[in-house]
Amino acid sequence: MTPRIQQLREQSLNAVYRISAERGLLMTEFYKNHVDPDDSIPVQRAKSFEYILSNKSICINELELIVGERGPAPKATPTYPEITVHSLHDLEILHSREKVWFRVDDQTRSSFEKTIIPFWNGRSNRDRMMEAMTSEWHDAYNAGIFTEFMEQRAPGHTVAGYKIYRKGMLDIIQDVEESMNSLDLINDPLAHDKKEELKGMKIVANAMIFFANRHADKLEKLAKTETNIERKAELTEIARICRRVPAYAPATFHEVLQHYWFVHLGVVTELNPWDSFNPGRLDQHLNSYYLKEIAQGTLTKEQAVELLESFWVKFNNHPSPPKIGITALESSTYTDFCLINLGGVKPDGTDAVNEMTYILLDVIEEMRLLQPSSMVQLSKLNPDSFIDRAVKITKTGFGQPSIFNTDAIIQELLNQGKNIVDARNGGCSGCVETGAFGIESYILCGYFNLPKILELTLHNGFDPRTHKQIGLKTGEVSEFKSYHNLLAAFKAQVEHFVRIKITGSNVIENIFMEHMPTPFLSLIIDDCVARGMDYIQGGSRYNTNYIQGVGVGTMTDALTALKKHVFEDKSISLPAFVAALESNFENNDELLYKLLYKTPKYGNDDEVADEQLVDVFNIYYDAVKGHKSPRGAEYRINLLPTTCHVYFGSVMHASADGRKAGLPVSEGISPVQGSDRNGPTSVLKSAAKIDHLHTGGTLLNQKFSPNFFEDDTAIRKVSGLVRSYFRMNGHHIQFNVVNASTLRDAQKHPEKYRNLIVRVAGYSDYFNDLGLDLQNEIIERTEHDSF
Amino acid sequence: MLDDLAHPILLLGTFTTCKKTGLQKQPSFKFTNFTSIIPPFFIFKMGIIFDIKRFAVHDGPGIRTTVFMKGCPLSCQWCHNPESISAAICTVPKTVRIGNKTFTENEIVGREMTVEEVMKELCREKIFMEETGGGVTFSGGEPLQQADFLQEMLNACKAERMHATVDTSGFSSWKTLEKIAENTDLFLYDLKLIDDALHKTYTGVSNKLMLENLEKLLEKGKKVRIRIPAIPGITFTEVNIQQTLNYLSKLKFKVEGVDLLPYHNTASHKYERFGLEYKLGELKTIKKTDLAETKQRFEKAGFEVKIGG
Repeated sequence: MTPRIQQLREQSLNAVYRISAERGLLMTEFYKNHVDPDDSIPVQRAKSFEYILSNKSICINELELIVGERGPAPKATPTYPEITVHSLHDLEILHSREKVWFRVDDQTRSSFEKTIIPFWNGRSNRDRMMEAMTSEWHDAYNAGIFTEFMEQRAPGHTVAGYKIYRKGMLDIIQDVEESMNSLDLINDPLAHDKKEELKGMKIVANAMIFFANRHADKLEKLAKTETNIERKAELTEIARICRRVPAYAPATFHEVLQHYWFVHLGVVTELNPWDSFNPGRLDQHLNSYYLKEIAQGTLTKEQAVELLESFWVKFNNHPSPPKIGITALESSTYTDFCLINLGGVKPDGTDAVNEMTYILLDVIEEMRLLQPSSMVQLSKLNPDSFIDRAVKITKTGFGQPSIFNTDAIIQELLNQGKNIVDARNGGCSGCVETGAFGIESYILCGYFNLPKILELTLHNGFDPRTHKQIGLKTGEVSEFKSYHNLLAAFKAQVEHFVRIKITGSNVIENIFMEHMPTPFLSLIIDDCVARGMDYIQGGSRYNTNYIQGVGVGTMTDALTALKKHVFEDKSISLPAFVAALESNFENNDELLYKLLYKTPKYGNDDEVADEQLVDVFNIYYDAVKGHKSPRGAEYRINLLPTTCHVYFGSVMHASADGRKAGLPVSEGISPVQGSDRNGPTSVLKSAAKIDHLHTGGTLLNQKFSPNFFEDDTAIRKVSGLVRSYFRMNGHHIQFNVVNASTLRDAQKHPEKYRNLIVRVAGYSDYFNDLGLDLQNEIIERTEHDSF
Repeated sequence: MLDDLAHPILLLGTFTTCKKTGLQKQPSFKFTNFTSIIPPFFIFKMGIIFDIKRFAVHDGPGIRTTVFMKGCPLSCQWCHNPESISAAICTVPKTVRIGNKTFTENEIVGREMTVEEVMKELCREKIFMEETGGGVTFSGGEPLQQADFLQEMLNACKAERMHATVDTSGFSSWKTLEKIAENTDLFLYDLKLIDDALHKTYTGVSNKLMLENLEKLLEKGKKVRIRIPAIPGITFTEVNIQQTLNYLSKLKFKVEGVDLLPYHNTASHKYERFGLEYKLGELKTIKKTDLAETKQRFEKAGFEVKIGG
């Protein structure tokens, strides 16, 4: 690491998370005093974007090589009042909460109080949405049956494809004009809407060019006064680059990184989409630029690494926008889930690992930052040296990169009806979500609490926590004569709540389609320009909505326990079982003992337990698949939790697997914490019984003791373990390489472990930044040691 | 005599009648005169297995499943699996605490299994074996104690194209070992003490036969890795290490490599649980770093060496 990168990295790590009122104020000012009410909504939105980029402060950090900040300074985080307007109370919570805080100074507070809140109160999307939801939706939401991703943030979960690395904004403007010229104004009923949308796209493309030039202006000014000759030359060169990109297609390695970064800033300034934005298959996009300049002698490997590391710091400067309430519970982290993909296959189906892949892996290892997140796509075509290199980084214990199965991803995408080349160009973003990069809008709608629905089933649709009848009356427990009856009741409840969830999501999607077009994002994702349609309105080539199932392990073990003890062994009646759960097993240690030690558990390659896993999967899959959204997306499932398994557990009584009331449910598709006793191969065999190819992503966490990864032979074995799982069509696996004793010590002495990073679920985080219940949950996960 | 040791079942002539009358599922057998009790179902190709461990990564190449077979003619004082020494199925109390209550039940150590039953378990892991060049390892106890069953198992592994390793002390008749060697891909062969008097003291038997068998196996061209348990003050002494080095260097045919197995002081609680006396008392646990110098010595002599297997 060069001294410059060390300094930039330190600057980023030491920057204080804080709320910036800048964007909120500019947005308010635009809609108060500058908006033309005669403009269409896409044009209004485009002009508001233009207004922000023309007026926001330009930040050039000392020594950096890639420039541009979303806020006025690193980690100064904007808010999006048109989506969610934070009250003074919200600001106080953000300021003073123990974890994932954002400091709010007096001036910011006053800006909110005097300007932002009065204007946006009642006009934000969140206000519109909450008003539009039915009481059955609110009841289910408040009971913790599901969460809603669009409550405080905009739809996103999308990734840059090839286009953005090959075209400048001027090229795209030309495409916009062509699209405009080809509008069929006398036959197409949507032609007028398309024209307005395309007008908006042109405005934002020009606004972005202007924004880059504002950086060039400032850089030239700085260069003039800079006394250090080397830095002066750098500033002049970066100014030159900002005059070129993103207006023109990038020509050099430095230009392509700066080019992407401006695009990234555009997406996260326009709105606050989930998962920020994502450069996608970075090794594929950068390699030709790198090789060309190496051949020309205009770039050295060391310079390339320094540029990449400067680029890395930019991501770390940009925490996830502030979240409150249930949104904060389901995703309690600063990480904004930009997941860089490496490896996989080329569009022609051959091995895509290249020189840049290995350089980027070096960068990941050296930077050791939470953001950007990184993953490797492993295809059967990729060499062992690639996976071994990735596992060696995992061994250093910060949970990156995670490992994905390219061959499964391609099959998942084909199964969704994508063509083979689009599928090969795809990958995963966020935690583990599958998508066709650059051409798909795949939106996560919220988490779905499967174990809670079993709890409701055991109460005839009544929620014992909120004391409301929110589910169907599927029968008193005393009436269930067979396991089959119980399972059928559960299935009916799942279908009921999936219907409520999707109904709500569709209404919300309509609200976004009407009020929140995203002309800038639409420039980036094909075929929005060609179709003259906004990203949010279905302009992308492919559209998918995901609902993320949580607690599959807990569900499986609970069903197995009920099946065995109530209906097969008949050692306890169902009413008595439910009473024991309600009392949190008080005075019922015998039952708890039986549940914990005398019941087959998922994760042990035991057919008796895993049979219920398949049932749960099929019930959930069948309930969701095939439904349609207003923009034409098809609903599908994936299985991942972020931090939602902690929240979902907190709204539940004890569950039939022996989990006590309030404790987290299982995460991802991992077994219940501590219940997998036969080692990792058995976990993988059990997990592979899920039909991964019918999902848009599953998340499997495995914890290993560091001494397992002792030498190259052990690394090979871990790589082989991964390859085996992928041969069984497993979608994703990630490793926590840390001892439980280390984690316990870190709880006692947080000050000694300020740099301890762990894998949570689909992302890494500082252990100190996790809530106590999540810390405990990670400690409880089974640790595989070497036998 | 040697045949008798390797095939104790042959002494039990009366049980062949069991085969004829088909009494193999008779629930209890009373044996009084044997320390190693071999139940009669043996001859029906059943083995007594005390554990099948998946994801074994220190018992040979790749990811393996290790089948621990019960019964051992040696009684090494440092034995990590004291419950494996006796061939008899036994029970040990196991205690679990839930809330304020303690639950105790008898855990059965040892299980009679047919070749098919064991193969079914092994086949579960086939994908990992294939992907990592792994396979199955028969360990114990002493797997040669159940030679007939072992041989059937090895035949079955061969049919399934599973790499088979036998982890043994080599304490059996050559005739038995030779037969086992036919379908064994790799031997993990214990070499504890070269000094025979010390060997007798600490393991209860002479090493003469084991050394002869090792040489014969190598002569036959079998792949053998030597495993040396590094027990402080017993096997991990300057004298024994030098003697071992001399012995291995002088062998006409070379071993595949040497594994130095560091002693862990973790077995003592196991002895307690099984109600056995742990004669070694408090020995210092050996760290990997303590073996670095020894590793170098073996490497200098031309051996490939791994610490921890």
